[in-house]
Amino acid sequence: MGQLTGPTDPATDAGWGDRKPRKGFFTDTSICIGCKACEVACKEWNRNPRDGDLELLGSSYDNTGHLGASTWRHVAFIEQGRDRIEQARESGRALIDLGMPTLPGPPDPIDTRADLKPPDTPEFRWLMSSDVCKHCTHAGCLDVCPTGALFRTEFGTVVVQDDVCNGCGTCVAGCPFGVVERRSDGTYATPTRQSDRLAHKFVTNVAQKCTLCYDRLVEDQIPACAKTCPTTSIKFGDHDDLVAVARERVAQLHAQGRTEARLYGANEHDGVGGTGSVFLLLDEPEVYGLPPDPRVCTADLPQMFKHAGLAGAGMFAAAALAFWRSR
Amino acid sequence: MANADCIVIQGSNMAECHPVGFQWVEEARARGARVIHVDPRFTRTTAVSDKHIPIRAGSDVVLLGALINHILTNDLWFKEYVVAYTNAATLINENFRDTEDLGGLFSGFDPETGQYDPSTWAYAESDGDHIESPGGGHEHGADASARAAGDEHGGAGPALAHAGVLRDDTLQHPRTVFQILKRHYARYTREMVRDVCGISLEDFDYLARSIVENSGRERTTCFAYAVGWTQHTLGAQFIRTAAILQLLLGNVGRPGSGIMALRGHASIQGSTDIPTLFNLLPGYLPMPKAGTHDTLGDYLEVVGSKKQKGFWANADTYVVSLLKAWWGDAAQQDNDWAYDYLPRLSGPHGTYQTVVAMLDDEVEGYFLLGQNPAIGSAHGRMQRLGMSHLKWLVVRDLNLIESATWWKDGPEIATGELRTEGIETEVFFFPAATHVEKKGSFTQTQRMLQWRHKALDPPGDCQSELQFVYELGKRIKARLAGSTDERDRPLLDLTWDYPTDEHGDPDGEAVLAEVNGRYLTGPDAGKYLSSFTEMRADGSTAGGCWIYTGVYANGINQAARRVPRGGPGPSQSEWGWVWPADRRILYNRASADPDGKPWSERKKYIWWDPEAEGGSGRWVGDDVPDFPADRAPGSRPDPDLGGPGALSGDDAFIMQADGKGWLFAPQGVVDGPLPTHYEPQESPVANALYPQQQNPARIIFPRKDNLSAPSAGEPGADVYPYVFTTYRLTEHHTAGGMSRWLPYLSELQPEMFCEVSPELAAERGLEPYGWATIISPRTAIEARVLVTERMTPLVVGGHTVHQIGLPYHWGVGGDAVVSGDAANDLLGLTLDPNVQIQESKAGSCDIRPGRRPQGEELLRLVEEYQSRAGVTVETDNVRVTDPAREIIYPPRGQDTRGADGPADRTD
Repeated sequence: MGQLTGPTDPATDAGWGDRKPRKGFFTDTSICIGCKACEVACKEWNRNPRDGDLELLGSSYDNTGHLGASTWRHVAFIEQGRDRIEQARESGRALIDLGMPTLPGPPDPIDTRADLKPPDTPEFRWLMSSDVCKHCTHAGCLDVCPTGALFRTEFGTVVVQDDVCNGCGTCVAGCPFGVVERRSDGTYATPTRQSDRLAHKFVTNVAQKCTLCYDRLVEDQIPACAKTCPTTSIKFGDHDDLVAVARERVAQLHAQGRTEARLYGANEHDGVGGTGSVFLLLDEPEVYGLPPDPRVCTADLPQMFKHAGLAGAGMFAAAALAFWRSR
Repeated sequence: MANADCIVIQGSNMAECHPVGFQWVEEARARGARVIHVDPRFTRTTAVSDKHIPIRAGSDVVLLGALINHILTNDLWFKEYVVAYTNAATLINENFRDTEDLGGLFSGFDPETGQYDPSTWAYAESDGDHIESPGGGHEHGADASARAAGDEHGGAGPALAHAGVLRDDTLQHPRTVFQILKRHYARYTREMVRDVCGISLEDFDYLARSIVENSGRERTTCFAYAVGWTQHTLGAQFIRTAAILQLLLGNVGRPGSGIMALRGHASIQGSTDIPTLFNLLPGYLPMPKAGTHDTLGDYLEVVGSKKQKGFWANADTYVVSLLKAWWGDAAQQDNDWAYDYLPRLSGPHGTYQTVVAMLDDEVEGYFLLGQNPAIGSAHGRMQRLGMSHLKWLVVRDLNLIESATWWKDGPEIATGELRTEGIETEVFFFPAATHVEKKGSFTQTQRMLQWRHKALDPPGDCQSELQFVYELGKRIKARLAGSTDERDRPLLDLTWDYPTDEHGDPDGEAVLAEVNGRYLTGPDAGKYLSSFTEMRADGSTAGGCWIYTGVYANGINQAARRVPRGGPGPSQSEWGWVWPADRRILYNRASADPDGKPWSERKKYIWWDPEAEGGSGRWVGDDVPDFPADRAPGSRPDPDLGGPGALSGDDAFIMQADGKGWLFAPQGVVDGPLPTHYEPQESPVANALYPQQQNPARIIFPRKDNLSAPSAGEPGADVYPYVFTTYRLTEHHTAGGMSRWLPYLSELQPEMFCEVSPELAAERGLEPYGWATIISPRTAIEARVLVTERMTPLVVGGHTVHQIGLPYHWGVGGDAVVSGDAANDLLGLTLDPNVQIQESKAGSCDIRPGRRPQGEELLRLVEEYQSRAGVTVETDNVRVTDPAREIIYPPRGQDTRGADGPADRTD
């Protein structure tokens, strides 16, 4: 098996000889206008079913709720007052003082007319962020899949094959972000067993998630959500380039006094080895419904095996001893 | 907009309603621009702006007027620009009286007709006279209002008899526009803004500082607005105030400047260019009016005098070319080019007057083409009841919209006001092709034509508009064939021959080519025109719309150009085609100083190159110059030449009759030469600036089914104590015909809701995500409740004003994926007199927790409120608030020479 933790190039690690530059997203939530075009473009391209119940969710303008088997882009809306904004700014300042990565080299020339002191903390702000599958470097769903339905593509992304998946659901538990889910209407139908009736055209009871538009990538196209995003909040490209862009953008915001800005998923030493989908957040990850310290469930596998092995060996030794004794 | 240093978005929720266009605001921001959002609500636009300034709906003139006052008082205006390019120095005649003199009215108000006679607003003329409209006299406000004449100035300024104005370039003479402006806005102080708009002094100072610091030679500020400005009883004046402000700051005609009008949907600019409006012909030529424009000669004299400056003086070439396009060989010199075939207006034929006429059984039939008035128009109940009086109704749409099903599942069936069996209207539904199933052009807010290609054939019986109208025309012509009735000749003689494909769908490019125009005779016969300057009034050219001429030059569909980002230049000229003549920024002569040099290197756009053309000089730069290309900056031709030839080298505003930007509008705006604040038709707030409460010239419909809530100070005002405003969400589109039938969009915003502040929720006992009933004097609706800090109570004149936000996308019907009550059912009918738009952005209501009563109980609830408030047909329908006050009305006998007295000009 491949590497379980730590920085790596996932496609190479998965055995691709002819690998492409790793592809991913950089979602700059500071310029997201919450239009949800990404949600619709994704559903249109992938022909996913409507999965809302046509009722207000009770979560500001968010009536989608979370990622799932039929929703592969989800826009969160968080309304915050002055206190919360101040706290976010403080925790961001603390991160900067800790020495979080900033752009090396001379600072960019700054327009002398710009307000350099932190902006007057507004009374209110409305955070908007488009969530998506993280396509982790070390992917929990991929690592636990027993059938091989989930696989690592040559672009470094993680894709599930709905005609191989047996619907066991282990990947659902394996994802630290709660992204992948089984599509359920009580029946089970893979593409080979679908009826011709329109209502049953969707595969059911198999795991479904964002494919990073694998079918578009192989045709040299960009994912539907990135293509449609009107403000380039969702940026698509080579992962390494995007991380560099993300770091620059955070530095730019910090220079404007917006210390609340921070990256999520850009640290390749984190519990999933960094993610293919990097985010620029303006508050703690929990505010956006994201786990603050995601960790792939197989990260401790070597140690677990070692302990198990040790325990097993100990048990074997104890049993042998007992057997030996009783002879 | 990407070139702006500061962007003020006001009366618009741009990110939500124009998300794709908003990328250019974000581009500007990435380049360091400051973005300020002035809006009653904190919206998704505000979330990515630098500053939110909450404002009371309908009070924008006070804010903008105070900015004007601030700039004039503190000497912050762009002097060289204002003196050279605006009418600041022009003298107004001595009979003019301002709102300062008359308690909120201008001179010339006629309480009988409820409109102004604009003769006292005219420019002064050298012999003590004043400058009239061409054709003599001044069109009475009542006439102009009935023609929604304000609309026709969408393409050019109003006409003057000639351009011989008087000026004082020192701007000191008390009758200069400059001094009148100063005096008029003196009472618009920042304290007034605090007390009337509910905007703090700090926020006002921030806004003032931002726009001043970002104007001048080196920097430009851009305003963007939408229906938050237009849908008021003085909507046109809101925009006028911004225009004055921008002219004073030198922010018109320059990169990143101007006032971006964000229109209501993807091709609505096209719907006024090639108009679907009752009062316009293509290219903003006015529709002729019976009694005023009886002959072609009368018409041309009024539309464009040959003695005024600018390109409107060539209106005869545009008109004749249009008539040749429509009637081909039947239009000849000897029958005045078939001018008599054009219909004539006999009064205001606006949509609301037509609905009232339906209720009076005066209208037999109605075509609804991609329109859902049961939900989208103001006063939904009146719309649906009106339709029940029709003999026949044709609805052409993608889906069975509420305007097609009201007769079986509308709210009036539920209340018992209508019984399906009793409705005699015959309803026809024609399925329509979508925009990917046909080819054609869209014209959007930037005056840009973008071609749309056909991706697939329409399914089943669905047809494009072209096919429907073409087929309808063919059948009507067939029925009338052989008729000897004079009345049928206009239809029989129409050129009506388009190439069609194998499905019978006419070729959109053929229509575009016809709109562009071609030579009919002479050596170039058959060739496409490349500019409206090639049009002639002798029948040798045909062209459907003079402002579009050039889009098909050389037989190439310029609207289909698609260089990404429009190419490298700042004008992004290589995407689509912009009218007129692909000039991306209008009046771009103003981007250079009077000597023809750019105001600064940073903001250079077009400039005079004296070496070009072998030394004779030419205007060059990043855009097509919106100016005669060879007119040197210093030229001073004889104004008596008239037309474009009379434009001086510094007459940047080439479509204005005097070549200048109008700070003061002597003509063309029927409710005042200068914008003035009035309260909405119904308002809990008394006008703090003048005794005059509402716009005296607004169009009212005093009817028992159109009652208004008592305004401030009147008994019963506390029965409807809150202000409601309507708006859109990104997820839905207008009245829902294109979004509530789509599952993907419906699940994003499934239910009708209202937005209220926590304070209002507490005051009225509203539960978050619970239900509320909102009651106005017209009806009551129910909505889910979003309690949010994005709505803030405002302190206005010492009292707290609560505003309630209502998206207007839902309607009651049985066919959509999601339905709900319609916000526009709460609105009454009161219109702006210039363009007849309804006031839908400020109304009065009450709100209470719980769902609304069903059936007949709903009517009882509404009546109970009405009787508690004591509303009658007179409420809010008084023209002059304080009738004891003096009104200056041009007295007879003292009439200025040559002008017809106002009494002679009434209908």
